[in-house]
Amino acid sequence: MAAESSVSIELKGKEKKGSVSHFMKKNKKNMGSILEKIIENIFFLCACMAILSVVTITVYIFAKGSPAIFKIGIAEFVFGMVWMPTSGVFGIFPMIVASILATLGAVVIGIVVGLFTAIFLAEIAPGWLVRIFRPAIELLAGIPSVVYGFFGLIVIVPLISEYLGGAGNSLLAGIIILAIMILPTIISISETSMRAVPPSYKEGSLALGATHIQTIFKVIVPAAKSGILAGIVLGTGRAIGETMAIILITGNTPLIPTALTDRIRTLTANIALEMGYAHGLHQEALFATGVILFIFIMILNIVLNAIVYKKVNQ
Amino acid sequence: MNSSELKIYTHNLELFYGDAQALKNININIDEKKVTALIGPSGCGKSTFLKTLNRMNDLIPNVKITGDVYFDGLNVYKEYDIVELRKKVGMVFQKPNPFPMSVYDNVAYGPRIHGIKSKSKLDEIVEKSLVNSALWDEVKDRLKKNALGLSGGQQQRLCIARVLAVEPEVVLMDEPTSALDPISTLKIEDLMDQLKEKYTIVIVTHNMQQAGRISDKTAFFLHGEIVEYDFTEKIFSNPTDKRTEDYITGRFG
Repeated sequence: MAAESSVSIELKGKEKKGSVSHFMKKNKKNMGSILEKIIENIFFLCACMAILSVVTITVYIFAKGSPAIFKIGIAEFVFGMVWMPTSGVFGIFPMIVASILATLGAVVIGIVVGLFTAIFLAEIAPGWLVRIFRPAIELLAGIPSVVYGFFGLIVIVPLISEYLGGAGNSLLAGIIILAIMILPTIISISETSMRAVPPSYKEGSLALGATHIQTIFKVIVPAAKSGILAGIVLGTGRAIGETMAIILITGNTPLIPTALTDRIRTLTANIALEMGYAHGLHQEALFATGVILFIFIMILNIVLNAIVYKKVNQ
Repeated sequence: MNSSELKIYTHNLELFYGDAQALKNININIDEKKVTALIGPSGCGKSTFLKTLNRMNDLIPNVKITGDVYFDGLNVYKEYDIVELRKKVGMVFQKPNPFPMSVYDNVAYGPRIHGIKSKSKLDEIVEKSLVNSALWDEVKDRLKKNALGLSGGQQQRLCIARVLAVEPEVVLMDEPTSALDPISTLKIEDLMDQLKEKYTIVIVTHNMQQAGRISDKTAFFLHGEIVEYDFTEKIFSNPTDKRTEDYITGRFG
């Protein structure tokens, strides 16, 4: 159609050419803007899918989980020390403690090792070494959690058993594996945010007579603080939600650990282990465990948002 | 020739970025408590030369330096600890680069890394440095506010205060006003006039009028060499070299 009209324009001479081509342009612009609208709406629908999922999950978990909490009693459920589904006793306090301890331990190790690695990659390592290290760390992020669990089972658990006694499947094994699993998150986000620090800050600090290490800890790390914190919070989220690897290496005993070598059962492991055969109040209690886990994750996300929000406002 | 003491001098200084020679046979004497301006077209080596004086070129890989730079009679590249050197030879950059922290912490940064912990001592240094950089009246009520909230001109004066806080002897300025508006520029120029009573100032500038206004001596750089170095009046009124005359009259560059 376009070709046809352009031919006719040429035949009709110059005068009309202006107005017709003007009309065509306008028409084309309309077509373009309709296409724009369609594409914008496709984007909107895609965005809705994510929101819809979040809302559905939230509503469903709370709808399915909350009744059990009230049936059992909030205090009995959250602070109950005994989990015996067969006897109708549902206390998840040992699992809450286990989840918190395993996550906390992993995050402490993860922060120290991860931050130092990120500093090394962003500031100290020569280019060729970075080109070896970074893909290796990215690979670490891509390994499925069941493989981590398997590695823990055949390497870390026997090592703990041999050197610290016990069966080996323990809180400590969980901490070690979780720490390794969250390293890539902490490292890559911290490194990226440190690389984003303007070189002029570094120059300014060095020109004042600061050493490289002083500059790293007093200017670069503080300037990259919000990114580093975001990495830590995301890593924490990953650690608290991890299930598969944890089931394989922590022994899954729902008791409060008194030593690093004690067996633990985390909230996630509790759900995954028993959901297959649970029914009735037992099943509802597992959903309720999910509610508690969900609340933990929400708190973490609120913290993360607060950090990001603070960054934007600076 | 004059009563000034010699603060910095170089001997056959040459600098290479890989295979490219950026400085050729630089021999220059810089007087104490004077303003020395370095002028010349972009890429002529004046900033590179400035950075040899506090060894900021050390940060760049593949830089090779031959010849010598002497500061207070000692060889900068052989006889100075780099931290000690940079304490004595401060630097103000082209773009204001305050740290993303409070005004106070910016100024206190240098003294703190050099070991001063006493709060009262730091307060004193911060106030003195801000007064000396003509910024105190504008920021005294917002010392705890983030320095990035200051205007460009204020940020640059803050960077000068930050340098002064370490009590240097020499202040290097690499086009310190090129990113600033005319009023801020004027304030910084006035400031330099005051500063030269206590400090030796070496300034790189693209602004010929600025060099004429503020400096006692001027060096004209071209293709990594010093074409002419003399009293500023002489350079601007009666240059010896044809190339200097062409440059300052705007015929090239």
